Amino acid sequence: MNNKQNKVQQETHNDLLRKRFYFSDWLAKVLIKTIAFISFLSIILIFVFVFREALPIFSYEEVKSAYTEEELEQETYGEENVTIQSPQKSENKSSVLNSSSEQNKSIWENIFSTVWEPISSQPKYGIIPLVLGSFKVTLIAILIAAPIGILSALFTSTFAPKWAKEILKPAIEILAGFPSVVIGFFALIVMATFFQNIFGYQYRLNAFVGGVAMSLAVIPIIFTVTEDSLSAIPKSYIEASLALGAEKWQTALFVVLPAATPGIFAAVLLGIGRAFGETMIVLMATGNAALISPSIFEPVRTMSATIGAEMAEVVFGELHYNILFLLGSILFIFTFTLNAIAEFYVRNKLLKKFGGEK
Amino acid sequence: MKLKKYLLGLSIKSLTAISAALILLIIFFIMSNIVSGGWRQITWEFLSTAPKEGMTEGGIFPAIFGTFLLVVIMSIFSVPIGTISAIYLTEYASSNSIVARFIRFSVNTLAGVPAIVFGLFGLGFFIQFVGKGMDNLFYGGVELRWGQPNILWASLTMALLTLPVVIVSVEEAIKAVPKELREASLALGATKWQTIRKVVLPNSLIGILTGGILAVSRGAGEVAPILFTGAAYFLPYLPSSLSDQFMELGYHIYIMSTQSPDVEATRGIQYATTLVLLLLTFTLNFSAIFLRYKLRTIKSKTG
Repeated sequence: MNNKQNKVQQETHNDLLRKRFYFSDWLAKVLIKTIAFISFLSIILIFVFVFREALPIFSYEEVKSAYTEEELEQETYGEENVTIQSPQKSENKSSVLNSSSEQNKSIWENIFSTVWEPISSQPKYGIIPLVLGSFKVTLIAILIAAPIGILSALFTSTFAPKWAKEILKPAIEILAGFPSVVIGFFALIVMATFFQNIFGYQYRLNAFVGGVAMSLAVIPIIFTVTEDSLSAIPKSYIEASLALGAEKWQTALFVVLPAATPGIFAAVLLGIGRAFGETMIVLMATGNAALISPSIFEPVRTMSATIGAEMAEVVFGELHYNILFLLGSILFIFTFTLNAIAEFYVRNKLLKKFGGEK
Repeated sequence: MKLKKYLLGLSIKSLTAISAALILLIIFFIMSNIVSGGWRQITWEFLSTAPKEGMTEGGIFPAIFGTFLLVVIMSIFSVPIGTISAIYLTEYASSNSIVARFIRFSVNTLAGVPAIVFGLFGLGFFIQFVGKGMDNLFYGGVELRWGQPNILWASLTMALLTLPVVIVSVEEAIKAVPKELREASLALGATKWQTIRKVVLPNSLIGILTGGILAVSRGAGEVAPILFTGAAYFLPYLPSSLSDQFMELGYHIYIMSTQSPDVEATRGIQYATTLVLLLLTFTLNFSAIFLRYKLRTIKSKTG
């Protein structure tokens, strides 16, 4: 009797526990999963479509080389058939051949040269000054932003009294919320004149002004990531150091900071990525002259600024258009690599270090 | 020795404090400069009329309207997609599955792609590929309607750019929903989707709102992606269809301060436009900070 009751109970139980198939549930899952793939898909699409528009540069060469082969064949025909005029003609043809092979070579030579003059009768697409310009501005920005960002993050996480923290954190968020065009505007109007009065340089807009302005955009990133990694350090580290008689600043300098090195490294990498790709600030504040110069007070033109300034006026499908996309591809690859390093290497290292403690 | 140590400690402390103070000082300096340069110009007339006399006088209404339209269309795409992606990442995907890791990596990468590259993508994909394709399909390639910069493509480009912003903050909100609520709902016989719809989503509304606001603030401030996907120097009319170009606040600042024929004469307009943009992003950011703060206090109360 009792047994039977138990059995019935068991059965209803099983019935309740059995997973039933709900169509709406299944549909929701499928839809949600599909839509979640949009982020992944868009990364792929960005890859494909930015590179696709840069591709004609590569085939540009191929078309030209096919042309040379044709010329070559024609020339041999010419030598066989024509008897009297042959010297003159072959001279002509060899000059044609020379010029075409020059062009053929020159597309890459042109790109890796040091003159950027896309709008002239003989356009020169040397991207070297642009690449160097990007690195120059990025370097200046990081040299300013990294110390300030890291030190103030250290201040916030170790020394700062509570009221200072409550001012600093929202302040950083405010700085992060400044549209880059506003920072660019401020640099263009105020900073340029301000620094010119101090340093007395010739050109109002130059790499230095751009770099300083850029550091304002980079500081929030470096600060936030550094602060995160500083606060991820287990309390036991700090307590152990303090218990051994170390001062607060000694703990901060010799325990907290070294332990957070991978995080700080990531912060700087992300900062570099941001500075490298930032457009509006450099477009407005660096003077945009494609010069190669060791001086930081000379105007520069960065890759991003070049795209921003020239893309709107360029004819679709022209070589210039493709080369601007090539610049975009370089920017994309560079920032992608930096992000990937920051993501995998640093995160794994951090996890390994503190994984057991959390 | 002791003195040396003391001095070293003091210098390190003061160095960190100085750099923190420097940040505050810079922020204060920028804000005061822009406020003092622009506030006198901001009148109702400035906000509600179009530029006049070759953009040397008049207001910025078309730019405000364009910015508004841009962020609205952008949000229509980025907020739902971002929310759903966040639901997938928190509710469906196990954190170790390869798919979830791929998506998470994509979101992080997307957040790091330079804004100008988004602009290039918008041009290469939306305008040249999708737009031209639509023109060929609908008009046989004769009429150029979608295969040129317009507000739809600019908004879609911006939506991609702001997608990670939405995903991150919605994820945070969904994670803050206590596990017990989900378990209670499932124990009552609700399916997973019912639980998400009736329990998880209503409880993370604040987070979705925060994500939306942050995305709008970001979208309103970025100029690089719209430089060549739809923003216009000057338009005598307001955009009336999705295939129209538009004026935008940030782009207006850029144009007025660098390309305008008489840069000095329009300084007041530039400052005032910058102030308007700054106020807009500030209001949005502050409300997002406030909402997030509220979310965190709720979280600490319940869990």
